[in-house]
Amino acid sequence: MTKNLRVKSSEYIDETNRISFKFNGKTYHGFKGDTLASALLSNDVHLVGRSFKYHRPRGIMTSGSEEPNAIVQVNPGTNRTEPNVRATEVEIYEGLEASSQNCWPSVEFDIGGINNFLSPFFPAGFYYKTFMWPASFWEKYEFFIRHSAGLGKSPTSNDPDIYDHRNIHCDVLVIGAGISGILAAKNAAKNNFKTLLVDEKNELGGSTIYENNEFNKIDNKSPSEWLKKEIKELKNIKNLEIKTRTSVAAYHQYNYLLARENLTDHLEVKDKTNKIRQRLLKIRAKKVILATGALERPLIFNNNDRPGIMLSSAVKKYSEFYGVACGNKNLFFTNNDSAYESAMSLYNKGINVEAIIDIREQSESKIVKKVKEAGIKVYWSHTIVDTTGYKRLNSVSIMKLSNDGTSVTGSKISISCDCLGVAGGWTPAVHLYTQSGSKLKFDEEKQIFLPNQNTSKQISVGSCGGDFKIDEIIKNLNQKLKANLNIKETDLDNIKVEIDQENSKRNIWLLPSDKPLGKTKPFVDYQNDATAKDIKLALREGFRSIEHVKRYTTTGMGTDQGKLGNMHALGIIADTAGVKMGELGTTTFRPPYTPLTFGTIVGRNVGKFFDIFRRTPMNDWHVENKAEFENVGQWKRAWYYPINGETMHQAVQRESKAARESAGILDASTLGKIDIQGSDASEFLNRVYTNAWSKLAIGKCRYGLMLNEDGMVYDDGVTTRLGENHYIMTTTTGGAANVLGKLEDYLQTEWPELDVYLTSVTDHYATASLCGPNSKKILKKIIPDLDLSDENFPHMSFKESKIGNIQCRIMRISFTGEHSYEINVQASYGKDLWEKCIEAGKEFNITPYGTETMHLLRAEKGFIIVGQDTDGTMTPIDLQMDWIVSKKKYDFIGKRSLYRSDTMREDRKQLVGLLTDDPNIVLEEGAQIVSELNQSQVEMLGHVTSSYFSPNLKKSIALAVVRGGKDMMGKKLFVPMENKNINVTVANPVFYDEKNERLNA
Amino acid sequence: MFLINCPYCGERDQQEFKAGGEAHIKRPKQPTELSDDEWAEYLFMRKNIKGVQFERWNHTHGCRKWFNMVRDTSNDEIKAIYKMGEKPPA
Repeated sequence: MTKNLRVKSSEYIDETNRISFKFNGKTYHGFKGDTLASALLSNDVHLVGRSFKYHRPRGIMTSGSEEPNAIVQVNPGTNRTEPNVRATEVEIYEGLEASSQNCWPSVEFDIGGINNFLSPFFPAGFYYKTFMWPASFWEKYEFFIRHSAGLGKSPTSNDPDIYDHRNIHCDVLVIGAGISGILAAKNAAKNNFKTLLVDEKNELGGSTIYENNEFNKIDNKSPSEWLKKEIKELKNIKNLEIKTRTSVAAYHQYNYLLARENLTDHLEVKDKTNKIRQRLLKIRAKKVILATGALERPLIFNNNDRPGIMLSSAVKKYSEFYGVACGNKNLFFTNNDSAYESAMSLYNKGINVEAIIDIREQSESKIVKKVKEAGIKVYWSHTIVDTTGYKRLNSVSIMKLSNDGTSVTGSKISISCDCLGVAGGWTPAVHLYTQSGSKLKFDEEKQIFLPNQNTSKQISVGSCGGDFKIDEIIKNLNQKLKANLNIKETDLDNIKVEIDQENSKRNIWLLPSDKPLGKTKPFVDYQNDATAKDIKLALREGFRSIEHVKRYTTTGMGTDQGKLGNMHALGIIADTAGVKMGELGTTTFRPPYTPLTFGTIVGRNVGKFFDIFRRTPMNDWHVENKAEFENVGQWKRAWYYPINGETMHQAVQRESKAARESAGILDASTLGKIDIQGSDASEFLNRVYTNAWSKLAIGKCRYGLMLNEDGMVYDDGVTTRLGENHYIMTTTTGGAANVLGKLEDYLQTEWPELDVYLTSVTDHYATASLCGPNSKKILKKIIPDLDLSDENFPHMSFKESKIGNIQCRIMRISFTGEHSYEINVQASYGKDLWEKCIEAGKEFNITPYGTETMHLLRAEKGFIIVGQDTDGTMTPIDLQMDWIVSKKKYDFIGKRSLYRSDTMREDRKQLVGLLTDDPNIVLEEGAQIVSELNQSQVEMLGHVTSSYFSPNLKKSIALAVVRGGKDMMGKKLFVPMENKNINVTVANPVFYDEKNERLNA
Repeated sequence: MFLINCPYCGERDQQEFKAGGEAHIKRPKQPTELSDDEWAEYLFMRKNIKGVQFERWNHTHGCRKWFNMVRDTSNDEIKAIYKMGEKPPA
């Protein structure tokens, strides 16, 4: 039978609302308001997990997000399961299930526990040292390492929950709703600053809300009572938004912060459905007030990790806030006064406190006197040298500490106990502060890192700024608020504070034992099982940088990021190496402060919203006619149109033949279109294209090649002169946005004197490309009035016309080598145009073709595709396109680079055609080309860039780039493949209609 | 994530911008007169300073305007922003 350790009702626990939940398959009860940790403790369950390396039994240590041990798998086996969740943060609800991680077959009996006894064989760097040789064995090692490593299990089916993102702009963001945060938010909002107050917990008030030291008073009230009144007043303040269950994960530059707002994790499963589970808040704040508080430090002593050993502040919170006693025989171990407050909290609730072990020689504060009056035994100048109890603490041994704190003397006293509250002082939570880029300074007196140089518009108030006593907190907060927000009066001006003055501390990073260090286990990082021994070993082995020691020992690398033990690791390194903490510095605190789910990070950008896509105005027709699609940039383009179960190859062969024999139609709407106007438009084109543009007559089209300044081909397309100062440029589908950006760059920065205006009109026009020997007849049917004779409308010219009432621009240009027209209409008429063409073309068996056939047809003609046959290292000369490079023009983008010694090398890779000796073999694109076989090492001459089986030529054709290929016409080369060598011959890249006779067919 | 004060639009998130490399590298007026080395100097050589650096930025998802920025690369502090053609601050 489980014990009930619920001691006294708490206002935060609703004892009328009893909740049942399962942990490791067993049913327990708690109340509304409990966390999984407090509910388990109330059932006297301390053992919740096993450690990562040694599989040592571990219990709940803390009451917050810093928890290193009590990490659990929530709702195992369901599609909502989540690993590595801190039991201290899970609010229980009816039906909640959770289980321990990193143990098999169970947390009570874990086979991996054997590692604990083998621990002498697992020192720091064990993996690095052991699995280094023989190198060929790594794959075998890896299998076992991966199997035994890792915490928890990720879900195997789709996440049923909805996630969301929200942008927030505010004047003041206050992080942390403890006493400092509440007072800061209240005064900021009252002074007309739009304020957002966030806290990771579900209740406001931080630790002050259950503060119980009777010697601390604010305006003659206990701090908790006073703060509750303040919290009530928050509701009526305008300009103030409060978000609880909201954890700030990252603090980036320029006061840009990311926070996770938890909306449904505390609800029963039936209430989670169709609600947003978590929301990522993207906050841009004019000023940030950090009120993140402080984390209590443990003490580092032999066997300091047993279930039942907790932070003193956690013991207090469980008693005061949740009404739960963490044990029946409670001990405290401390180096400051905090443990005495915890002890009094238990004492006042009638919970047994056996003794307090204090490494200080004495303390004169009122709370210490009170503890003595209560008859609780205090062992001054004593330290714990060992503990016992495998799955639950059952005793500690203490000895007298030497004056210098490095050894122990006298006889050993054993004290029986089942819970030990450890108080090692307080570490300001400066994680977010340093993430912002601000710098810390070590305070030698307080032995803490404190905010020093702010780089953002921010202040740190309360204990995260180094003020631990309420009088200091309020005084300094008041001063900082006035200076930072530029306000004259605050609520804080007239607050009267009384405090228990004495607060001495004796800091010893690693406490001695009667056993030599090598025989002890003083854990520094609980989750990763890094001990003080490991850190000292790393130093002996020559590691000096704190960042290196961290990685070698894995200290601070768990899911808790070493929130508890990092300071001790630094302290032990500093002491051992004989350097000052300030000189040593800290490891880098990286986001996120607490782990985020992937769902929160991606928000609504899942499934079809993962990436945006663009569709042409004719898209519906393609879908209705069963086209297969391919992605080109963001566009969904019709790839091919299979009929009667055709494969892609069959469909493409049919489409390609039809386009050359009668008529084909392609949706070319995705081509980039840039409208160019201005009195210097011609001069501008002269400068950006390799060829000359000044003499292009109005109504004529010209193909242009655009280079980068380094001489490499960047983009190509046809540009048409619509008027004296008006051109329309087409670009490649994928390059449209970049080309526009590049042109704008030159216009705005290099040639601001040019009178030229660029407008992207890609989405404004729909384009149908009509090609084949019957294209002219089809166009004639659609626009009977237009004179289509070669005299009136020759190849490479343009006509403005009308289809019915619809204005259209027609270019007689060709990417297939056939007689063809590109018809452009306003985008909204695109589908109409397409259907008209199909209807008119019926008698000619007009065949819609997709991008694959387009690629094949242009390859037959040896036309390049920028990005397929080029890769940013090809000059026009390499492409055998010398004809398009003007020799007369004084300058154009990339011209000078064509005369660099490197670009003029004869042995550059050059574009050639390749024919396979066996016309039925189609080469693989990307296949390597060599000139010799059967050598141990062969030079790679180049590779295949485009390859198809041409139905019109009835043979396989390919384009390739080959080193020195220009002079290799007719040469035999080889394409070695996995199981065969393919013999090929270098050929002219123009395979079809070399004389361009079909353009006028 | 920077908050960039576009000289034409005002403060906007960094997402709307694209960095365009070192500023104040003027394209030579007569490239054909230059030696390979001189051209390479213009084409390839860029500074990579830890500290104050002059950069070009483009408000790609906004007004599409290019402008200059003075940024301390060691702490990402934006020290000044000014339009193309304007004199860099001392």
